[in-house]
Amino acid sequence: MKRLLDPIRAIISGLFLVCMASAAAKAEDIGDPESGAQVWKKCASCHMIGQGARNKLGPHLNEVFGRRAAGLDGFNYSKALRRAGADGVVWSRDKLEVFLENPKSLVSSTRMKFRGLRDKKERADLIAFLREYSSSPRDIPESAPTAAPTDPDVDPEILAIEGDTAYGEYLSSECVTCHQADGDDKGIPSITGWPQADFVTAMHAYKNQARPHPVMRMMAGRLSNEEIASLAAFFGGVK
Amino acid sequence: MDRNISRRGFMGAAAGVTAALSAPAVLGAVRPKAVVIGGGAGGATAARYIAKDSKGAVDVTLIEPTRSYYTCFFSNLYIGGFRDFASIGHSYGKLASDFGVNVVHDWAIGVDRDAKSVTLAGGGAMPYDALIVSPGIDFVEDSVAGWDLSAQNKMPHAYKAGSQTQLLKAQIDAMPQGGTYVMVAPPNPYRCPPGPYERVSMVAHVLNENNPTAKIMIFDPKEKFSKMALFQEGWETYYSGMIEWVGGEFGKIEEVRPDAMEVVVDGEVVKADACNVIPAMKAGKIAEMAGLTNEKGWAPIVPASMQSQMDENIYVLGDATQNGDMPKSGFSANSQAKVAAMAVRGALTGSTVFPAKFSNTCWSLIETDDGVKVGASYEATDEKIAKVDGFISQTGEDAALRKQTYEESVGWYAGITSDMFG
Ligand SMILES: Cc1cc2nc3c(=O)[nH]c(=O)nc-3n(C[C@H](O)[C@H](O)[C@H](O)COP(=O)(O)OP(=O)(O)OC[C@H]3O[C@@H](n4cnc5c(N)ncnc54)[C@H](O)[C@@H]3O)c2cc1C
Repeated sequence: MKRLLDPIRAIISGLFLVCMASAAAKAEDIGDPESGAQVWKKCASCHMIGQGARNKLGPHLNEVFGRRAAGLDGFNYSKALRRAGADGVVWSRDKLEVFLENPKSLVSSTRMKFRGLRDKKERADLIAFLREYSSSPRDIPESAPTAAPTDPDVDPEILAIEGDTAYGEYLSSECVTCHQADGDDKGIPSITGWPQADFVTAMHAYKNQARPHPVMRMMAGRLSNEEIASLAAFFGGVK
Repeated sequence: MDRNISRRGFMGAAAGVTAALSAPAVLGAVRPKAVVIGGGAGGATAARYIAKDSKGAVDVTLIEPTRSYYTCFFSNLYIGGFRDFASIGHSYGKLASDFGVNVVHDWAIGVDRDAKSVTLAGGGAMPYDALIVSPGIDFVEDSVAGWDLSAQNKMPHAYKAGSQTQLLKAQIDAMPQGGTYVMVAPPNPYRCPPGPYERVSMVAHVLNENNPTAKIMIFDPKEKFSKMALFQEGWETYYSGMIEWVGGEFGKIEEVRPDAMEVVVDGEVVKADACNVIPAMKAGKIAEMAGLTNEKGWAPIVPASMQSQMDENIYVLGDATQNGDMPKSGFSANSQAKVAAMAVRGALTGSTVFPAKFSNTCWSLIETDDGVKVGASYEATDEKIAKVDGFISQTGEDAALRKQTYEESVGWYAGITSDMFG
């Protein structure tokens, strides 16, 4: 039986109990949530957690323990992750441990571009951190939203531009020389299924040289606001 | 034209496509025909995009003699032992099954521009409404004294991928300890400007592991070459003392002697254990036979559409073109193919033609996990495809960035090959 960090929370979530019962963990496997908060920074450009967390590029991670893979309504998961969910994958400590070490070893075509944490302690710390936000953490007033916005804000008028999907499809032909058209990550990040505001914000961060990648700076640099909106509309709709 | 509908190959293509036929009520009952010569970076992409985006309204035929296309891109990584040979080979199966392209494995041996018809080596003719020509390169005869195609098994070029690449690798592996690898580098313009120097890096990587006292000599008619500072920095770091580059006047060889495995340079005879001769290049022969090339041996194009300057019903792509500022790369050919595909659809079906956008990035691997890149974006002006903006990796970059650049190139390879072949 696992050592439960907080038995009361465990009782609240029946599913959680089921998962935790799966394997034995030694005391040293249980990480330090404070160090985990540092590790979390690697996740925070795509995921939010804590009060007010919403889905961004990745789903919010409140109550992730016990959640079925691809289990949030309203988030556009990859086909691969939905399949994992249908196959019965539930986010337990052990499953998270495997997934965080090398996401593609568990879900081979996940859109998550994160390459994994090789360091076992980092994984344990991160899991301990995530654990603090499961079992009703949304109601914990002291837990502030943790996702730090990394890109400069985009003028709301630009965000409001409605893209032309057909034009976006034409422009997209230039993107898919490198990015996989179906959203797989084979060494270059997936760009399909993004919330449009995130896509537009990221592209403007390249255009304004706030993000470093030279190819993307060049590509975004010559796209107009309308063209960026059209690409966001097109790729946003690719499931 | 009607009788061609019953031609063997066309039947197969028609089956997958009937549903879409009603779409833009195409010029009568017969679908307009786009014929593509050459199933490489330019041609395969163009065939796929015309078929995909016209949703069956255009009848697309691809003429390509080989059944498996081995990419020149990443063929150097095969030489370096970073890829296996099978991983750089691609078939045309999906272009036929998923996109309805009629793939004809044959050589085009002539183009009758008045009759708008391509003659095939296997007999018969292939009529077209729009013709796309993307045959890659051929070598300029007598550009390297003593070398012609009959010498390519002794002194391989390995500048068209496939058995030539395997042969060169085998010769490198068979070099005696302390032996000499000689490269005769090509004059400008040629396909893949960093290609010869990436190759030298990969050869050095292999020799460093198996034959560390071996030498590499490059005789180069050019004063400087693509990503020169980056390559020279890497060669010094990883392969110090192994590689000698002789450029400019001193790099111009007098002749090669394939039977004796000798290269004559500045009155001296250099003995080679493996000799990689990369001659001067020109557009693939069929472009010349079709009357599409100029006195320099390349096919000039109209930048906004990739139409031939010689014939508005013909579009030329990739290495065969003289286009202005874009280098001869697979990335460029793929980029140009999308502009041409849109222009062809516009001409044949009246679909919207958006303004042309072009781009290129060339990655090169110097040593394990040490990748560099150079790239630019381009636009069509009245007179040429003109560079807008560009970037290049810097000397002294940290290892993490170089590794990331290499990983990115692996992603790009997966991207462009699925963009070409589906
Ligand atoms: C060693 C090396 C490394 C390279 N690395 C890179 C790289 O990293 N990145 C990059 O972007 N580019 C790279 N390139 C360049 C790239 O391979 C070419 O620029 C690209 O293939 C050009 O595309 P294309 O369509 O013009 O010609 P090709 O891809 O050569 O295709 C031409 C096709 O036409 C066919 N053909 C020729 N004549 C006829 C005929 N008469 N009838 C029918 N079919 C015909 C041929 O069989 C061939 O399949 C490299 C090249 C080399 C040699």
